[in-house]
Amino acid sequence: MSKLKAVFAKQKAFIPFVVANDPDFEGTVNNVVALAEGGADIVEIGIPFSDPVADGPVIQAADIRALKADPDLPMDTIFDIVAEIRKQTDVPLAFLTYLNIVFQYGYEAFTARCAELGVNGLVIPDMPYEEHDELAPIAEKNGVDLIPLITPVSADRIEKIAKAATGFIYVVSSLGVTGERSEFANDLGDLITRIRKVTDVPTAIGFGIHTAEQAAEMTQLADGAIVGSACVNIVAEYGAQAPAKLKDYTQQMKAAISANPVG
Amino acid sequence: MTETNLNLNKNTTGRYGEYGGQYIPETLMNELDRMAKAYEHFKNDPEFKTELHDLLVDYANRPSLLYYAERMTKDLGGAQIYLKREDLNHTGAHKINNVIGQALLAKHMGKTRLIAETGAGQHGVATATIAAYFGMECEVFMGKEDTDRQKLNVYRMELLGAKVHPVTSGSMVLKDAINAALQDWTKRVDDTFYCMGSATGPHPYPLMVRDFQSIISQESKAQLKDQTGKLPDMVVACVGGGSNAIGSFANYIEDPSVQLVGAEAAGKGVETNLTAATVERGSDGIFHGMKSMFLQNKTGQINPVYSISAGLDYPGVGPEHAYLAKTGRAQYVGITDDEAVQAFEYIAKTEGIVAAIESCHAVAYVQKIAPTMRKDQIIICTLSGRGDKDVASIAKYKGVDIDE
Repeated sequence: MSKLKAVFAKQKAFIPFVVANDPDFEGTVNNVVALAEGGADIVEIGIPFSDPVADGPVIQAADIRALKADPDLPMDTIFDIVAEIRKQTDVPLAFLTYLNIVFQYGYEAFTARCAELGVNGLVIPDMPYEEHDELAPIAEKNGVDLIPLITPVSADRIEKIAKAATGFIYVVSSLGVTGERSEFANDLGDLITRIRKVTDVPTAIGFGIHTAEQAAEMTQLADGAIVGSACVNIVAEYGAQAPAKLKDYTQQMKAAISANPVG
Repeated sequence: MTETNLNLNKNTTGRYGEYGGQYIPETLMNELDRMAKAYEHFKNDPEFKTELHDLLVDYANRPSLLYYAERMTKDLGGAQIYLKREDLNHTGAHKINNVIGQALLAKHMGKTRLIAETGAGQHGVATATIAAYFGMECEVFMGKEDTDRQKLNVYRMELLGAKVHPVTSGSMVLKDAINAALQDWTKRVDDTFYCMGSATGPHPYPLMVRDFQSIISQESKAQLKDQTGKLPDMVVACVGGGSNAIGSFANYIEDPSVQLVGAEAAGKGVETNLTAATVERGSDGIFHGMKSMFLQNKTGQINPVYSISAGLDYPGVGPEHAYLAKTGRAQYVGITDDEAVQAFEYIAKTEGIVAAIESCHAVAYVQKIAPTMRKDQIIICTLSGRGDKDVASIAKYKGVDIDE
């Protein structure tokens, strides 16, 4: 069974996100370890990209910071960051990456390296269902889940995407790009009901969640909550002190969602 | 003038060999699918085709002239040079051909708001123009760098009722404007149609843009036949994303005797890092919704690009161009800033035509190649736009102070 899927069987999952190499190699390792210590169920690591079209200003800025020190930041350095993280924690990990990064490294080599390091899943915002055939069989062979995104406007695409999903399904809370929000699409419950009709692969809602109340509310509907920009803001604001803050934040978020019954 | 043949290429899958596709966030997939289906339907709808035709003739001033450049021909002393005068279209560039088609499709799909990206501003002006004509809301995304070097076009768009957003993310040029337009679209897909300016992006854009721009070669083929009874030996057009080039090539792709040449912006030189010569310097990749060729580093980060021409400094090329390059059907050559500026002055003095700096990349190649060809051979060179917008920046490049 997928390691990611298994996470959701035990509890509602809190899935924080930070960008690799933001602010630097050591900082990323410390931040991810802190998130794991705080109780994160899965940590999503963003691979910085020059043109992150699905991301809002906060994550865009983090990508710029991550690439500023080293515009040629090799993928192998990011794999080294993961190797360093793995010395300290076995928390399940997923990469969020734009497809070109994976394409340039080579689909086989990339997913094989992920498997070696225990990166259990890939979220690729610019690889919709129609294009996943070029990567899916290779990822599957290497035991890496491709986490699909389903949005409030996916409509009749929901079933085919959900049926093909492994690991978990990333449910996009509302239209637009990533970033903190105060409102979400009001039919997320129906969306998740439709997903659950065709698959037992768990769901996690992301895009815009930043408060404990929102996380609690969203995990009444879904099996997990993904929080990106809020974590990235902490990294930006606190620098070397970020690990302690991220740990606190994760504990609060985790406490808020743990009140909800599993399943 | 006959109606545009929108069924020139029977391959409507959105794949050009390994290139093309729809590598785009899920939020946009249903909308792209709707757009592709609507286009497949309306391109065979007699009423749509008549409307398109009437707008091209009565509003955009088509057909554009195929003009025998006698002085240039004589001066260069080789092949006969014909200029396809897209600069004489309403709004001053080939961009109007495409926006009329896309805006008409948007109208038939019930959309009320057009958004667009623009580099030099020509596509933004064309979109603002057609939005005014159809009474649609219009917002244009333009890199801050480009709003600074093309102030006149910014004002022109505002005059036409459009809202112009200077984009300050990334390198603040065309690719960043496309990012911003895509992001805006994901927020508001219901009433908004993203009117893409080049033959780039996810399917169906490369197909639609090629089809709407193919009027250029549909006309030039008929016009040259009328004037000389022959096919051209070579067709030359400038390539940024590649919309005027693909339109200039489209009706000749099946004629193997016609050499197709795209002039890319080499900036300070193909071998330098200040370049936008995607086909020569780039490699396969996935970006802006398409698998194609891009200027990128080894990790896959998209490189900043450079050209004197705001319309050509794009780090990618449309997927059909990548395919034509890969299969060898078309050749792509780099033209430097210096060569383009020299061509700008040359065609002004020789033919009395102030052509867009983008188009002058094609003219510069013609200057090089024509003397090597026989006098009975024929080159068609597309002048994609007029150069009024470039006068100030060329003066600056030459160190001439024209401030009032």
